[in-house]
Amino acid sequence: MQIYRSHVLICNDSTCAQLDSGKIMEEFGAQLKKNKLENEVKVLTAGCPGMCEQGPVVVVYPEGTVYTMVKPENVKEIVEEHLLKRKIVKRLLHKDMMEEGDTPAKALDDTKYFKKQLRIALRNCGIINPEDINEYIEHDGYKALEKVLTGMTPLEVIDTVKKSGLRGRGGGGFPTGLKWEFAYKSQDDEKYVCCNADEGDPGAFMDRSILEGDPHSIIEAMTIAGYAIGSKQGFIYVRAEYPIAVKRLDIAIQQAKEHGFLGENVLNTGFSFDIELRLGAGAFVCGEETALMTSIEGKRGEPRPRPPFPAVKGLWQKPTLLNNVETYANIPVIILKGPEWFASIGTEKSKGTKVFAIGGKINNTGLIEIPMGTTLREVIFDIGGGIPNGKKFKAAQTGGPSGGCIPASHMDTPIEYDTLVQLGSMMGSGGLIVMDEDTCMVDIAKFFLEFTVDESCGKCPPCRIGTKRMLEILEKITSGKGTEEDIEKLEILANNIKLSALCGLGQTAPNPVLSTLRYFRDEYEAHVKEKKCPAGVCKSMIHYVINEALCKSCGICARNCPVNCISGQRGEPYVIAQEKCIKCGTCMVKCPFKAIFKNV
Amino acid sequence: MKMVNIKIDGKELQVPENYTILEAARQANISIPTLCYLKGINEIGACRMCIVEVKGSRSFQAACVYPVSEGLEVRTQSPAIREARKVTLELILSNHDRSCLTCVRSRTCELQKLAEELNIKDIRFNGEMQRKPMDDFSPSIVRDPNKCILCRRCVSMCKNIQKVAAIDTVERGFDTIVSPIYNLSLNEVPCVTCGQCINVCPVGALREKDSTEIVWDALANKDLHLVVQTAPAVRVALGEEFGMPIGTRVTGKMVAALKQLGFAKVFDTDTAADLTILEEGTELINRIKEGGKLPLITSCSPGWIKFCEHFYPEFLDNLSTCKSPHEMFGALLKSYYAEKMGIDPAKMFVVSVMPCTAKKFERQRPELASTGYPDVDAVLTTRELARMIREAGIDFKSLPDETFDDPMGEATGAGVIFGATGGVMEAALRTVADILTGKSNEDIEYTEVRGIEGIKEAKIKIGDLELKAAVAHGLGNARKLLDRIKSGKADYHFVEIMACPGGCVNGGGQPIQISEVRSVVDISKERAKAIYEEDRDMPIRKSHENPQVQKLYKEYLGEPGSHKAHELLHTHYAPRESYPDIP
Repeated sequence: MQIYRSHVLICNDSTCAQLDSGKIMEEFGAQLKKNKLENEVKVLTAGCPGMCEQGPVVVVYPEGTVYTMVKPENVKEIVEEHLLKRKIVKRLLHKDMMEEGDTPAKALDDTKYFKKQLRIALRNCGIINPEDINEYIEHDGYKALEKVLTGMTPLEVIDTVKKSGLRGRGGGGFPTGLKWEFAYKSQDDEKYVCCNADEGDPGAFMDRSILEGDPHSIIEAMTIAGYAIGSKQGFIYVRAEYPIAVKRLDIAIQQAKEHGFLGENVLNTGFSFDIELRLGAGAFVCGEETALMTSIEGKRGEPRPRPPFPAVKGLWQKPTLLNNVETYANIPVIILKGPEWFASIGTEKSKGTKVFAIGGKINNTGLIEIPMGTTLREVIFDIGGGIPNGKKFKAAQTGGPSGGCIPASHMDTPIEYDTLVQLGSMMGSGGLIVMDEDTCMVDIAKFFLEFTVDESCGKCPPCRIGTKRMLEILEKITSGKGTEEDIEKLEILANNIKLSALCGLGQTAPNPVLSTLRYFRDEYEAHVKEKKCPAGVCKSMIHYVINEALCKSCGICARNCPVNCISGQRGEPYVIAQEKCIKCGTCMVKCPFKAIFKNV
Repeated sequence: MKMVNIKIDGKELQVPENYTILEAARQANISIPTLCYLKGINEIGACRMCIVEVKGSRSFQAACVYPVSEGLEVRTQSPAIREARKVTLELILSNHDRSCLTCVRSRTCELQKLAEELNIKDIRFNGEMQRKPMDDFSPSIVRDPNKCILCRRCVSMCKNIQKVAAIDTVERGFDTIVSPIYNLSLNEVPCVTCGQCINVCPVGALREKDSTEIVWDALANKDLHLVVQTAPAVRVALGEEFGMPIGTRVTGKMVAALKQLGFAKVFDTDTAADLTILEEGTELINRIKEGGKLPLITSCSPGWIKFCEHFYPEFLDNLSTCKSPHEMFGALLKSYYAEKMGIDPAKMFVVSVMPCTAKKFERQRPELASTGYPDVDAVLTTRELARMIREAGIDFKSLPDETFDDPMGEATGAGVIFGATGGVMEAALRTVADILTGKSNEDIEYTEVRGIEGIKEAKIKIGDLELKAAVAHGLGNARKLLDRIKSGKADYHFVEIMACPGGCVNGGGQPIQISEVRSVVDISKERAKAIYEEDRDMPIRKSHENPQVQKLYKEYLGEPGSHKAHELLHTHYAPRESYPDIP
């Protein structure tokens, strides 16, 4: 095996791939050749280290130097300076890697971004080449499977998972080991193991990152699950919108079979297990477990009532174990390092770590993995780098359209399953959207409701008609036509839909409204009583005015107005015709004298 | 069955472990409102009207699908449950075309009933309403999506019971509707027009294509000679429309009502049923003797015929070439009867009162016009006849019994039992047995082909022949049976297939019974019971002994299977387009 003195890891996840990481890869090849370094430096495709906003990301080892926002034209400089002359290109460094003064080269793990993180599920993402099974094997890959198949009984495996305290990472947080036990206890000639990779929350991409960066960990975990519950067939239900994930899973399944980790007679133990991919057509509701299984069966993806639970009657009425991607990603490590190790991380009732996709009004957007119990404050201010433009933090939304908003007053609450539910939100799959003072909470509730209305399957009336009526009321309120009675109706609908809807999607659909009503009722009231949007977002309740004293009648506003509603002449202040104004705000941005104001 | 102990509303109960909460509650006389639920047909927990509180559960659960288990504790009533049901019902109503006064289901609407029962006084949550065009292109069925409440009973019926799948839910969320594929009309897809969807619809979203106006116009036209014939299943169901118990025989009152409506003659389709038996029986004997295509499959059910043309064209040669009885009758009325009475067939108007919506489609088949005029001019369903009787102000219950008109008013018990599944088979066996053995057999009740089992098989010893017969009702069962024959797993001489589950007594044109009734009464069984009673009361019970049929052959047709008989009483079939593959 050839020894290289340096390794260059280039992220080739969906985000970075869109930003030309392929070209960067080629350029590295060319530049290394040109400098005769091709036998000293190895260039590798890797999964995602998480800093998606800063992509494309290039990491140079052994230093662990992280270059961000790299463009193909920067490659020459990195090769000539860093790899040839061993001088770090400070200009391209990740901003957290610069220390006080001018000495760079803090290790990646010491940056603020990574310091409070603990990567278990994401352990291999950004470190190994996901298309090469040997790299996974070098990083302890398939050792857990070997350990299970050669030295553990199914019950011992289940007991290990139970003892670890691992809970479902896809939404509700049901104890994983218990789920495995139920599936184990259901007697049938056929059983199935399913992986829910139908990640659908707006802005969430935790599962995609794992599938793209470490597909073998899912295959290994599912095979372990198959052994534990007594199943021979697995299905991964993955979104068709994740083409890279699908491709890498395909490659990984193929390689695993070739290496004897999957298929007939796994590792010569007599145990057989196979995995098939099923592509989802983009319906959010297919992330709900019963709808997912219905979809795998080839039918219209709609939930069905539970019980019977999948562990008793799932796919084709057979006992079925269903976990999500991140849950599975934890399994091999738990097996190898032991349940006690895993249970030592996190809080009393929420063990291990959780991956979040942080976005919205925050400086460092991207993917992070934190121990359970980390506070929202740490996530937003330490890892996330705070709110841009010196704005105030207002709330964080977790759990996607099923979750709720957590206000600034609860920022020090530790993040764990039960505390989030108590706050009216939920862990969900890990979307975390940060909102600053310029966010209208009624508008946010409307945004999520629009999503749910769009994604309702239409089976039960509370969701099909109820969420639509809620959205109509929110539209009325945000357009300045709401009444106090509307808020009341909104609450009646929300509370009843929560109790009556058929599936989890419908039952949690009112959460964004309920949680904003709980913490920001004054904003709703301002909309209906005073016809004001305090955050200045709802267009029907704001208007732009030109301050006569400040206006220099330059006419720039009028020239930039897309609907020609500003008029005036030299020497006189300009005027906005309010009835024509579409409230786009262009004039205010363009005015060189800051003479235009938004009135709330 | 193992029993489990549960508690509903504080009452301790012992129920079989395979019960749902709803079934357990009904056993204890605790009523839980339902809407999408239809026993044995649609149990999907979609409408959320039957929600109850299950101890330990965060949200409410649908009683219609929630299985009982040892120690289960349930509450069916509480302010929160009542409010949740009300909110859901108001939401459904907020998106429902509430033109109740002019709705065909005004007295029998389950939604209306529920709104009354739940004391809905106001709809708090009004908003956008779905507006979709009406589909009235089918000759049999009218679909009004604006009245549809998406309970999916029709979908279950069409897809799971009939295995036709002409309709399904399409689109998602608020835009969801029940529709044929690509929003086509029912007329453009392999809908077999059986009308079972209508019978299960809780509201007025599905109904038969109305023919009452055409018939009223014809009745008012003095130039026309207007005659009517009634199928056997109508007389055991029509009474339900006037509040009489299920399974009441109202043959005499029905005839009286038709006469009062102004029909010149009221005939009994049973006579033509007897004719069918002679023609079909002869066909069967010939095919057996001459090595013709077997099994011979009956052709009385036009929904089944259309199904066969769409999905099993390979069996078209197995179908009996006999027209369905009312079409035979129509052809004879416009030839034999017209000649005999000296009436110009062009001035005749033949109305069939049928338990069936598929007969509306059948009526307009171009090949069913033996005399150059359509054999039948209008088909009324049992429900439409009831509407006309009400509209005419006839007090149905107090009508005296009257009898069918001659000629061709005489029928046999064999003709009557056509109305129930297995009836055509039994009627044929009564005749075939006599012909083949050359004697009059006493033992004429073939109970092995009676009853509600989906597929019935029988081996009947007739002389030297062991006749292998099978009966299927409901097209899902027909599929099973045909697939078995196709794969060589079964072979028969004679097969009876009826499109509707239960046969014509449960046809798509019969009085509608709501879910609540269907949960406790097997309507097909009750109506079939009445059919068999009618049979037993008939003086003649074998088709070939019908004196009028004998006279008809003597005077006009010659013998069964003659050239003339073929001209008037037989037809042909052709393959139709189907979906590529239906699981």
